[in-house]
Amino acid sequence: MWREIWLICRKDLIIERRARVTLIQIVPTVLLVLVVFAFALDANPSLLGAGAGGLFWVAVLFGAVLGAKRSFDIEAEGGNLDALRLAGLVPAAILWGKAAALALQLVLVGVFAAAGLLVLYSVTVHDWLLIVVAGLCGMAAFAICGTLYGAMTVGLRSADTLLPLLLIPVAAPVLLAGTRAFDVALGTSADQGWSWTALLAVVLVTYIAVGWAAAGPLLEDA
Amino acid sequence: MIETPEPDLRQQAQRAGSLSMTGSVATRVLGVVAIAAVGVMALLALWISPPDAVQGDSVRLMYVHVPSIWVAYGGFVLTAFASARVLWRTRSGVGGTYGVIADRQARRWDRVAGAAAELGVLFTALTLVTGSLWGKVTWGTYWQWDARLTTTVLLFVTYLGYLALRRLPAESRARARRSAVMALIAVVNLPIVHYSVDWWRTLHQEASLNLEPGGDRNITGEMYWTLLYSWATFTVVALWIGIHRYRVLRLEELAEEASLEELLAQRRDEQAAGR
Amino acid sequence: MGAAVAFEGVVALLDRFPALAGVDLSVQAGEMVCLRGPNGAGKSTLLRACAGLVPVRGERAEVLGFDLRAQRRSVRPHVGLLGHRSPLYGDLRVDDQLRHCADIHRAGTPEVSAAIERFALGGRLGEVAIRRLSEGQQRRVALACLTIARPRLWLLDEPHAGLDTSSRDALDELLAEAVTAGATVMFATHETGRSRVAAARQVMLAGGRVEPAAPERHAKGPTDVA
Repeated sequence: MWREIWLICRKDLIIERRARVTLIQIVPTVLLVLVVFAFALDANPSLLGAGAGGLFWVAVLFGAVLGAKRSFDIEAEGGNLDALRLAGLVPAAILWGKAAALALQLVLVGVFAAAGLLVLYSVTVHDWLLIVVAGLCGMAAFAICGTLYGAMTVGLRSADTLLPLLLIPVAAPVLLAGTRAFDVALGTSADQGWSWTALLAVVLVTYIAVGWAAAGPLLEDA
Repeated sequence: MIETPEPDLRQQAQRAGSLSMTGSVATRVLGVVAIAAVGVMALLALWISPPDAVQGDSVRLMYVHVPSIWVAYGGFVLTAFASARVLWRTRSGVGGTYGVIADRQARRWDRVAGAAAELGVLFTALTLVTGSLWGKVTWGTYWQWDARLTTTVLLFVTYLGYLALRRLPAESRARARRSAVMALIAVVNLPIVHYSVDWWRTLHQEASLNLEPGGDRNITGEMYWTLLYSWATFTVVALWIGIHRYRVLRLEELAEEASLEELLAQRRDEQAAGR
Repeated sequence: MGAAVAFEGVVALLDRFPALAGVDLSVQAGEMVCLRGPNGAGKSTLLRACAGLVPVRGERAEVLGFDLRAQRRSVRPHVGLLGHRSPLYGDLRVDDQLRHCADIHRAGTPEVSAAIERFALGGRLGEVAIRRLSEGQQRRVALACLTIARPRLWLLDEPHAGLDTSSRDALDELLAEAVTAGATVMFATHETGRSRVAAARQVMLAGGRVEPAAPERHAKGPTDVA
C-alpha cells in the first residue's frame, strides 16, 4: 500500500520534473492573480495589506483548481488510469499517491505566492510558524479535495468547466480558516490564529477520512 | 439465443410504453390537497394572520421563507440517505441474482437522490430569494454576510454542482456511484462550512436581526399557527412534486431500457447487412 | 486447460449504445485468437470487456475463471491490454515510463532489459520524452510495458498498426512466446499478410456479435477469413 502510494506520487513528481507545468504555468498564473488583485484594489497599500491573507488563499485556490485538473489530465491522456487499474493498484493508493504529489506541488505554489505577498504587497510576517503550519494544512486540504473531485470528473465531457464549480464551495472552509490564520500571522487581525489553524487541521483530518471512504467507489470503475 | 438478462426490467419497460403520465390516484389526490392547501395558506398568510408589531407586513415572507428551508434541508438529508443506500447496494463483489436485485435497488435510491436534490436546490433558491427580499425590507439591503445566509448560499452552489455532475452523460451505475460520493462529501462538509462561517461572522459584531422563529423573538397566536400550517403545506407540495419527479426519472430509465431492445436489434442488423 | 474466455450472450452498453449485442465466444487457455471485422464491429469493446473495464451483462461472462458480471475488478491484474491509444505519459521519458511500468507490476531489472532489447528502446531513445516519439515508437514503448507486465491474457487492439517491419516481427515473436508459455492472446487487426496472424484462430465480429464459427477452427491462410 505505502509502496504503491509512493510509486504513484513519484511518477507524478517525475512528470512535473520533466514537464514543469506547475513551475512554469501554475505558479506564474497564481502570481498574476496577485498582481490583478492589485489592479482591482487600485494598488492601495493599506487595502492590499489588510486583505493579503485572503488574497493569498484565493490565488492558491485557483492554483489548486489548475493543479487538480492537470493531475487528472495526465491520467486521462492515453487511458493511463485504465493501465493503473489493470496493474491491480488499490484505488486508495492511486488517490493518496496523486494527492501527495499534488500537495507537494501546491506547497511549491504556496511558497511562490507567499514570496509574492512579501514583495508585491509588502506585508510583514509576525508569526512564521503560524504561516507555515496553517499553510501546510491548507495546501494538504486543497490537494485532497482537488484529487477527490479530479477523480470524480476524470474522463467526463466538460469536466474542465465543472471542476471549479464543484471544488470551490467545498474549499470554502479552508479559504476562511486559512485567511483568518494568515491575517493573524501577518498582524492585520487580533484573532485566534492557532484556533483557526486547528480548524484547518480538523478539516484536513475529515478529508482524509472522506478520501479513504470515497477512493474505492470513485476509482475502481471506469 | 440472446436474452436481455433483466426480464423484469423489460416487462416494466413494456408497461412504460403505454404509460405516458406520472400521475396515479394517490398523487392526484395529493395534488388536489396540495393545491387546496396552498390556497388556504395564501388566505391565512396574507389576510388572516396579523402584521408583526415590529416588521409589519414583511413578516408574511416568513411563511414562505421558513418552510422553504425546511423542505430544502429535508431534500438534502434524503439525498444523503439515498446516496448512502446507493453505495451500500453497489459494493463491489456483489453478483448473481442478489447482484441484479441490488442493482435495481441502487437505481431506485439513485432516482430518490436525484429527485430530492432537485427539490432541495429549488427550495434553497426560494429561501434565498425570499430571504433577500425580506432583508431588503428589514435591513435595507438585499444581502448581509450573515452566517446563515452565507452557509445557505454555499449549500446552494454545492448542490448546483451536484446536479451538474448528475447531468453529465455516463454509464448509469458509474454515475450513480459518483453522484452518491459527491452527495456524501457535501453532507460531511456541511457542518464544517456551517461552523467556520458561523465563527467567521461572530467576529464581526454587526447588527443582525434574528428574524427566525425560535430565536430571540417569540411567535405566538395566529402567526404561530399560520407558520405551522405553511410548514405542513410546503411538505405536502414538496412530496407531490418529488413523487412526480421520481416517476419522470423512472420513466426516462424505462424508456431507455425499452429502446435498448430496439438498439440491440439495430446493432445485430449491422451484422446481416455486412454479409 | 480451462477456458480463458467464456462468453455467452454478452451485452455491453457504452453510454446506451450496445457495442456488444450478444457475444458468444469461447477461448481456450493458451490459444491465440485474431479478431476481425469491419470498423465499429465491437472488436475494441470486446477486448476492453475481457479486461474487466466495461460493465457487461449476459448469461455467462467469464475471463480466466472470474465472473465479469460480479467481479470485474479481480480479473484486471491478470490481463494486459493495449488499446488503440498507447497508455503512456507523454511527459515522461522512455526510461521513466518503463521503470514506472516495472514498479507497478513488480517486475525486476532483467525483465526491463529484455523488453528494451526486444523493442530496441535502448541507448539514446531512453532519454527522449514520449511525446516527442513517433507513433510507431510510442507503440513499441507500450508493447514493452505490456511485456514487463507478463499478463496471463494478452489483449491487443491493432498491435501491428504503425510498427516497422522489424518491430512487427518482434511483436509476432513475442506473442508466439507468450502462447508457448501458456498465456492466451487475443488481438484485433486488419492485417492479412502475416503468417503468425494467419496462424491464429480467426474470429469474425460484426454488429456487436461473433459471426457463426467457420467449420475449420484454425484457418490456414488469410483467404479463409470470411
